[in-house]
Amino acid sequence: MSTYWRTFKVAAWLGWEMDSNWTEPWLFVLYSILKPVAGAFILVLMYVVFATIGNTEDPSMFAYMYVGNAFFIFVASTLFGTFQVIQSDREWYQTIRYVYISPISYYVYILGRAASKVAVATFAVVVTLAFGIAFLGVEMGLSLADVPVLVAAFVLGIAVLLAIGICLGGISFLTAKHVHGLAEGIPGLFYVFCGVLFPLSALPEWGRSVGQAIPLTYWFDLTRRILVPGTSIDRTLNAYDDLTILLLLFASSLVFFALSVIIFRIGEYVARKAGKIDMTTSY
Amino acid sequence: MTEVARRTDLRARISLNLRAVVGRAYPRVIGANREPSWIFFEAFLPLLGIAAYVFIYQALGERALANATDPAKVAEIQANTIYQALGERALANATDPAKVAEIQANTNALIASVVLGGTMVAFWLNVLWSMASQLYWEKEIGNLQLYMMAPMSRMALLGGMALGGMFMTSVRAVSTLAAGVLVFGVVYRIVDPLTLLAVFFVTLIALYGMGMMFASLYLLWGREAWHLSALMEEPIFFASGFYFPIGGLTRVPVWGSAVAIAGSFIPAGLGLDAMRQLALGPTAFGGQMWLFSVDVELAILLVLAVVFLVLARYALAYLEVLAKREGKLTSRHQ
Repeated sequence: MSTYWRTFKVAAWLGWEMDSNWTEPWLFVLYSILKPVAGAFILVLMYVVFATIGNTEDPSMFAYMYVGNAFFIFVASTLFGTFQVIQSDREWYQTIRYVYISPISYYVYILGRAASKVAVATFAVVVTLAFGIAFLGVEMGLSLADVPVLVAAFVLGIAVLLAIGICLGGISFLTAKHVHGLAEGIPGLFYVFCGVLFPLSALPEWGRSVGQAIPLTYWFDLTRRILVPGTSIDRTLNAYDDLTILLLLFASSLVFFALSVIIFRIGEYVARKAGKIDMTTSY
Repeated sequence: MTEVARRTDLRARISLNLRAVVGRAYPRVIGANREPSWIFFEAFLPLLGIAAYVFIYQALGERALANATDPAKVAEIQANTIYQALGERALANATDPAKVAEIQANTNALIASVVLGGTMVAFWLNVLWSMASQLYWEKEIGNLQLYMMAPMSRMALLGGMALGGMFMTSVRAVSTLAAGVLVFGVVYRIVDPLTLLAVFFVTLIALYGMGMMFASLYLLWGREAWHLSALMEEPIFFASGFYFPIGGLTRVPVWGSAVAIAGSFIPAGLGLDAMRQLALGPTAFGGQMWLFSVDVELAILLVLAVVFLVLARYALAYLEVLAKREGKLTSRHQ
């Protein structure tokens, strides 16, 4: 266990250094803020355009979109943070052969590398939410009694995301460098089907079923229940209480952990058999 | 030892550079075919992100219509003092079938705007990650010194990269466009296809010219290049109006117009605005969401295309001088 912990710590430190040491701290902070806030502003402008040409405003829908989009930063960062480790070590730094043959768990190493991305994402989410409350009039509230549920949901949500990210990492053992589309596309799947920006009721029936099968849908719903209470948006998950959703998230995180180990091992095995562990694809 | 005469006449140089263009475009086209998985990753998966934006407009449109026709919702809107005036206008609009049709037409136009924006996103990402970052990437993997020693023009090299990248990206762009029409039922009313094609190709030339210029600058900026590319995704999607008509920015008081003008320096923004006007008709959104007329935007794009290509040439020449002077062309991870 101590080897795992040491691997995680060192990998997390390495990930942080790689993420942040390319520039001055103030520029790194600016970079960490600008990207997510610009992402939020895309939604703001979509809403402004709709309100302008439709002569109608919908503050409930805006709050729904804004909070969902803010928490989606975790999805994009965590998935990318885990997915890109193998590709960057293999193609960019070409250090994968040295790390891979060292006596550590490569699975834990990837988790550690992703930790810095989660930390930066947390900062970006807080800034985005604060910006929305302060400047865009997004109506949010958080009662002290709900904080434990929010924290538990957060931990389980991140655990599921990390497990999904490792699954993608396992696939990336076998893919060329240009498939960063995978890291862009899978979050797109969640963007559409998990009720991030619009209620599941906007999807066709089969789309709703897909959404209800993805654990992140429940994480987003629970988070929004706590942060945007009393919204008029139909969430389609009203039948579940908070505790049921937490239990569902817990069970999902166990299932996805098992799945991530299996996919990672298969990807690793096939890559070793095919001699692709340290391949470079230059085109 | 036998000396081989090296031809330096114009014909030979043109032939050499054309072969360099083809040679550099070749691996992008053929290499991609050797990894067919990219069609799924690059063409299908990104559609999902675009679909999310489409569903936002659909959800907003459906709620606007539902609010207007449900008496309870109307009462709720009226009770809200802040939005009372707007709510009453929504109510008035809803009782008029023509206005309901207008809301539906606007929603279709917004979805069509997202689909067009999605096609341009593919090209912008290709410019960032496979043009601007490419020379830095080539340095990291050790190819750059070979390129510098080869006798062809470095512009031919970048031109080949651009052509190969355009071809690769067109597959993603076409699939996005097809999905927009087939899956989301988007309706385009193209009255001037020739101008539309002209705007599209001039936009691509300007965009890839910008990528060629960035390729040299990224090499100078070193490790910051990767982060710069990442930074130029969402902020540029926002400033250039990839997912909404860029004229919407001018509706935001104080800073909106400034952001719209800044975003116009990225050719994709102006190109998209012109293409949306040509594909949806200038009267879409009541004609109030466009930045300039198509003619003006095409003229600006032409100027941008020339300027970026000239700047790319100068940036490359500067890079070459710097590389020779400082001898750091092969220094990796800097």
